[in-house]
Amino acid sequence: MAAAHSPDENYINCEKGLLSWFTTLDHKRIAILYFVSVLFFFLVGGIMALLLRLELFAPNVTQNVGQILKDGDTYNQVLTYHGAIMVFMVIIPGIPAILGNFFLPLHIGAKDVAFPRLNLASWYVFMAGALMAIATFFMHKIDTGWTFYTPYSIKSGTSVVMMVLAAFVMGMSSILTGLNFIVTVHKLRAPGMTMHRIPLFVWAIYSTAIIQILATPILAITLLLLAMERILHVGIFDPAMGGDPVLFQHFFWFYSHPAVYIMVLPAMGIISELIAAFSRKVIFGYTAIAYSSLGIAAVSFFVWGHHMYVSGQSEVAGIIFSFITMLVGVPTAINMFNWNATIYKGSVSFQSPMLFALGFMFLFVIGGVTGIMLATLPVNVHFHDTYFVVAHFHYVMVGGVLMALMGGLYYWFPKMFGYMYSEGLARLSFIFIFNGFNVTFFPQFILGNLGMPRRYFDYIPEYTALNRISTIGSWMISFGFLIALYTFLLAFKKREKAPANPWGAKTLEWTVPSPPTMHNFEVEPIITAGPYEYR
Amino acid sequence: MIGFKQAMASSFMPVQGTEIAKQVDNLYGFLIVASFIACAMIIGGMIYFVTKYKRKTDNDKTAYIESNHFLEFLWSFIPLVIFLVVFAWGWYIYHQMRAMPKDALEIHVYGKQWAWEVEYKNGYKTVNEIVVPINQDVKLLMTSTDVLHSFYIPSFRIKQDVIPGRYTALWFNANKLGNFHIFCAEYCGTTHSGMLATLRVVTREEYDQFLIKGSEEAGMTLAQKGAKLFQLKACQSCHSTADDSRKVGPSLFKSFGREETLADGSKVVIDEAYIRESILNPSAKIVNSYPAGVMPAFQGQLSESEVNALVEYLKSL
Repeated sequence: MAAAHSPDENYINCEKGLLSWFTTLDHKRIAILYFVSVLFFFLVGGIMALLLRLELFAPNVTQNVGQILKDGDTYNQVLTYHGAIMVFMVIIPGIPAILGNFFLPLHIGAKDVAFPRLNLASWYVFMAGALMAIATFFMHKIDTGWTFYTPYSIKSGTSVVMMVLAAFVMGMSSILTGLNFIVTVHKLRAPGMTMHRIPLFVWAIYSTAIIQILATPILAITLLLLAMERILHVGIFDPAMGGDPVLFQHFFWFYSHPAVYIMVLPAMGIISELIAAFSRKVIFGYTAIAYSSLGIAAVSFFVWGHHMYVSGQSEVAGIIFSFITMLVGVPTAINMFNWNATIYKGSVSFQSPMLFALGFMFLFVIGGVTGIMLATLPVNVHFHDTYFVVAHFHYVMVGGVLMALMGGLYYWFPKMFGYMYSEGLARLSFIFIFNGFNVTFFPQFILGNLGMPRRYFDYIPEYTALNRISTIGSWMISFGFLIALYTFLLAFKKREKAPANPWGAKTLEWTVPSPPTMHNFEVEPIITAGPYEYR
Repeated sequence: MIGFKQAMASSFMPVQGTEIAKQVDNLYGFLIVASFIACAMIIGGMIYFVTKYKRKTDNDKTAYIESNHFLEFLWSFIPLVIFLVVFAWGWYIYHQMRAMPKDALEIHVYGKQWAWEVEYKNGYKTVNEIVVPINQDVKLLMTSTDVLHSFYIPSFRIKQDVIPGRYTALWFNANKLGNFHIFCAEYCGTTHSGMLATLRVVTREEYDQFLIKGSEEAGMTLAQKGAKLFQLKACQSCHSTADDSRKVGPSLFKSFGREETLADGSKVVIDEAYIRESILNPSAKIVNSYPAGVMPAFQGQLSESEVNALVEYLKSL
């Protein structure tokens, strides 16, 4: 490559044309490819959610506003697509594929990931799976719930095989990305960048990658077994042929519980970055946070049965899973305290990335304590499969992961695209997202208390008021996301140039121009200190 | 005596219908208080710190505190202890839920798409209603005839998945008279939210009378038996009998003797043979504009006598 670049040349304008994007080997461009596709899937999944909440605005018997959707089958299809799209096409790939891809190499002083071609292949594999999932929309829309429990998923006359194969393919993408990131962290750190000097975001992505590699194959085989059951009638899960339907749940949750840590660990990594940067203070307990990420990844493999206390699992199994689940709550709690301790005696600014980080802490602690409630055996018996669980997982997945993603996007947007956005608009989006979220989901804890089961097309009149509040909240939070989208689009229009380091942060990405050049660092950095040297 | 409205009315939890429900609520209450304190500490601490340490100038110096081992230990150990206490307390209550009482009154429950069939030991069958005496250990022996369902009584804080191919059980001892909601809590398809049933807790005398009345139904007419079977097999979820409104299947109101056009254009009169065939092998002669393959075939599930009862019932409409 020629050594001299014009001062304005960056990874976006160095090569022109759509084809250059679809054949790129640059981790930053691949991150943008993921960004656009994941954003699109989020919009589709979000519309599904709005339809569900619209249906639940009133009991079906209510005049005019009671029943919006055609029938129970349609409702069940919408809820299945909402879950499957959000889980497999937004939240699992989300932070690692977008922000991990963009910033992992920058954070460790590398030019790219270890296997750039494999990285591009990951995106194509992801999109192939996504297309297969979209195809089911035009075949027989699936209605099994995103969890595909047997025997219903065996009997359902819908395109289950195509959908599970789609998830299988998308899982391959996840495995390849995980592999790429692990090798990158091991092999491509700049001189002086020891494992104890990498940013906590990298520890988070690394721990996530370990889960991606170890857990996703289990899902892959499970989905293949389900496909085989439907096509070949083997009898693994079908009791009529001597199979065990509960076995499916064991297989499914063996992946899907670690999967929720694939979702949350990168989010926690972002929060570490944001809290340190916007308090301009060294992170408190770096070692504790780093090793708790690894610890959470490891222990996450041993708690799957807490989804199955009433599934027909033995009492002893329930006891063991409850105990281990309590253990995994500890490292998560440690992180919360460490972040607070980081803010202590810091210099705090309230720009929008920090607002989202603080919002994360508020919402995630609620998600966390309700997780402990659900881990408690007899309490779980009452709450299992009710709106309490729906509220809990939305608090951690949306109130946690999505807030962290938004904070990360607002934090890194200037670096990724070279433009500043309107801080006022960004704050407005926070206000609607944060408050809209609570209005949507807090009432659902109470609905769970009262016993309203989930996946319900209709409900008894006693549940009307809380459902109505929740639906109104869904409009608020949608508005917030639309404002955020507008904020980004407006920034592209206004082109207010971003400096290299608008936040005064200390990690390596802020030492290169906004946006970076294709090779990230013109001169390989030599690292002599940790990533949070705010002195 | 508790009606449904009262059963739901208690501010955030349904009325406690058993002693175990009370224990669960106590543990949950403790968790709420402990969680509230934890949230207040973390969120309160956060708000306090961001306010107190708000940035003053762009060149503010911040403290360089990398760690504090004592604090790290404290806020690892204390949550761990609290979590383990909660775990142990939970285990104690859960064990009571899972340990089936000896000499409990046993009732069989069948979960199916989309109703709960109930069978008492004297052979009496009902649908979507279970009647039990107060202050009596009751054990439900449950199975599914198709997909997963889950038997859930919110007021009793008890739930158990119902699985095809095996038995699962739950037990309770109701200490309040009244009607309590039963919900299906495991997604099972189209009418998952419509599998509503009622648990009626009555006095011992009322229960005994209820059982006697059940066995008296042996003296019912064929049409009456047919009406009962019609209910039991949840036929009304797809066929109306009170008027000619169309549901998933055609209305059976005044259907005997009616002429229908089939999907292939041919005509047929609804007589005994047509009814019998349409119950045992529904897809054979589907009425025009209705979907094939939706009505389950009852071949092998009904005795000739039961089919006759249904035929007589439809004649009586």
